[in-house]
Amino acid sequence: MTDQLIETPAIAGAPRRRTRDHAERVPLWHTGLAAGSVWLAAAAYAGLVPDADDFAYTREFAFGLAGIGGLILLAALAGPVAGLRLKALRHWGPWLLILPLGLIAWEAVTAKLELLPRPFFVPPQALLEVYLDDWPKLGLSVVASLKLLAWGYAIGAAVGITLGVSIGWWRIAGYWAHPVLRFIGPLPATAWLPVAFFLFPSSWSASVFLLALATGFPVTILTWSGISSVNKDYYDIARTLGASQRFLVLKVAIPAALPHVFVGLFMGLGTSFAVLVVAEMLGVKAGLGWYLQWAQGWAAYANMYAALLVMALMCSSLVTLLFRLRDRTLAWQKELVRW
Amino acid sequence: MVSVALSSPAGAPAPAPASGLRLDVKHVSHAFQLEGAPLPVLDDVSFSAEPGSFVALLGPSGCGKSTLLRLLAGLDQPVTGQLAVDGTAITAPDPSRILVFQDPTLYPWRTVEANVSLGLEARGLLKAQRRRVGDALSLVGLSGFASAYPRQLSGGMAQRVALARALVNEPRLLLLDEPLGKLDSLTRITMQGEILKLWQDARFTALLVTHDVEEALFLAERVIVFSERPARIKADVTVDVPYPRHRGDPRLAELRHHLLGLLGLDATW
Repeated sequence: MTDQLIETPAIAGAPRRRTRDHAERVPLWHTGLAAGSVWLAAAAYAGLVPDADDFAYTREFAFGLAGIGGLILLAALAGPVAGLRLKALRHWGPWLLILPLGLIAWEAVTAKLELLPRPFFVPPQALLEVYLDDWPKLGLSVVASLKLLAWGYAIGAAVGITLGVSIGWWRIAGYWAHPVLRFIGPLPATAWLPVAFFLFPSSWSASVFLLALATGFPVTILTWSGISSVNKDYYDIARTLGASQRFLVLKVAIPAALPHVFVGLFMGLGTSFAVLVVAEMLGVKAGLGWYLQWAQGWAAYANMYAALLVMALMCSSLVTLLFRLRDRTLAWQKELVRW
Repeated sequence: MVSVALSSPAGAPAPAPASGLRLDVKHVSHAFQLEGAPLPVLDDVSFSAEPGSFVALLGPSGCGKSTLLRLLAGLDQPVTGQLAVDGTAITAPDPSRILVFQDPTLYPWRTVEANVSLGLEARGLLKAQRRRVGDALSLVGLSGFASAYPRQLSGGMAQRVALARALVNEPRLLLLDEPLGKLDSLTRITMQGEILKLWQDARFTALLVTHDVEEALFLAERVIVFSERPARIKADVTVDVPYPRHRGDPRLAELRHHLLGLLGLDATW
């Protein structure tokens, strides 16, 4: 067998040589210069124009804006000198430009001109105040939420995958589980809330149950559909090569079904966020949902917005994490949705 | 050469060189249930193959030849009749009898190397005999592609990986179900030569299902011609041309005319 028998390889991941050409001049980052200037302008507006009322942390807010503006300007000016391309930063240039404009507008309609009714609308420095003064409580709330979510989601995902594989693999499991899933599955997990709160010893364990339920249903259904859509030839191949039942399930069926399983995991994560917030608002005495509820009760609207922001950050990070995990696990797939 | 290349790691006593299985098919009939009605696919098929021989099963598409291979692989049981290798009835799949499909059906989530390892892994032999994976890959000329994924391979390369995945188990009966059917004609000609060489080196019994008359004549020592579905044996033709064969050989052309006649296609000659 000679080399010329081999066809041209269609390898996508061939080693790419990285060339860093020092002779090439790095162009000036105009957007960066503009963005830095706007941040400084926002700082000047916040710090030099007097507030319409007595707001705490206006100075700190202005200093913060100035600091960001200074860093952007520094990067824009130092980049060409040091020969740094700053590709990632440049990509976000337009965003860096528009953000301070938004902050100026926000600052104008709240702190400076008070066009929006208080206390429902708060200036940006009020959020800063919450983060600087109330961070221990916010931090504990995040930890509590993450802990509850982790337990519920992990149990739900584990049970869902096991159940989905069983239903897809053993006819008898499918016979018994299918009607139950069809009847109970579509019921929103939050509908169980009143029942769960008195059936379980604590509102915390009840919430874990609800989270597991919310995660488990989509994971079960998608795992099941993944298992049943596996190319039957894969099994024949493995059987002729001497594979056992165990091998067929663990090394053929489950890896082949994984793309579906991940879709289920994404759906489950989405529904579990909803259940988490509701459970914390109605029963559990900790977590971001509880913090939101508590802030609203005291008409502490700044705290509410601050908590919402943190919650968005938390949920988005978790989804990103799951995407990363999927991209690593399913590296063999070609077209994947980008997050 | 292959038995040497695929032998166990140095130090361990070399196993007896794998030799081909003798094959006996006696009065085999088979039918599928299609919407409640039986659809006969094989009708009283009987033939034998000597150990180490290369037999081609030639017939029109969809006549039931592939079903016969599935029965020989032990994936299905015939409605009536007996199938045996070396006198033992075939009741279940066994790694000594390996089927190569028309589609390579590689596992897309496994690298080329992991795909080839499949049989050893399934039988718990991978740790002890990992070397054979590399040997099988170099046998089909794909040593450099061990860490590639199936989607990165061309059709011909993927089918070579499928061959390596079969050969790594040292099969004694290799069942080839139109393995080159979906390849372009140039790749097909190249790979016909490769399959022939692999067979001559490893001495397994080879059974090739094809609907390509030229392919059957170039590769096989015997060509069994099947009728339309339900498949019955129309003729058993010995290809009395020594290897290495040449495609332009007048005797091969003569046989080709004869086979096309048996298939009712000699008007095109």
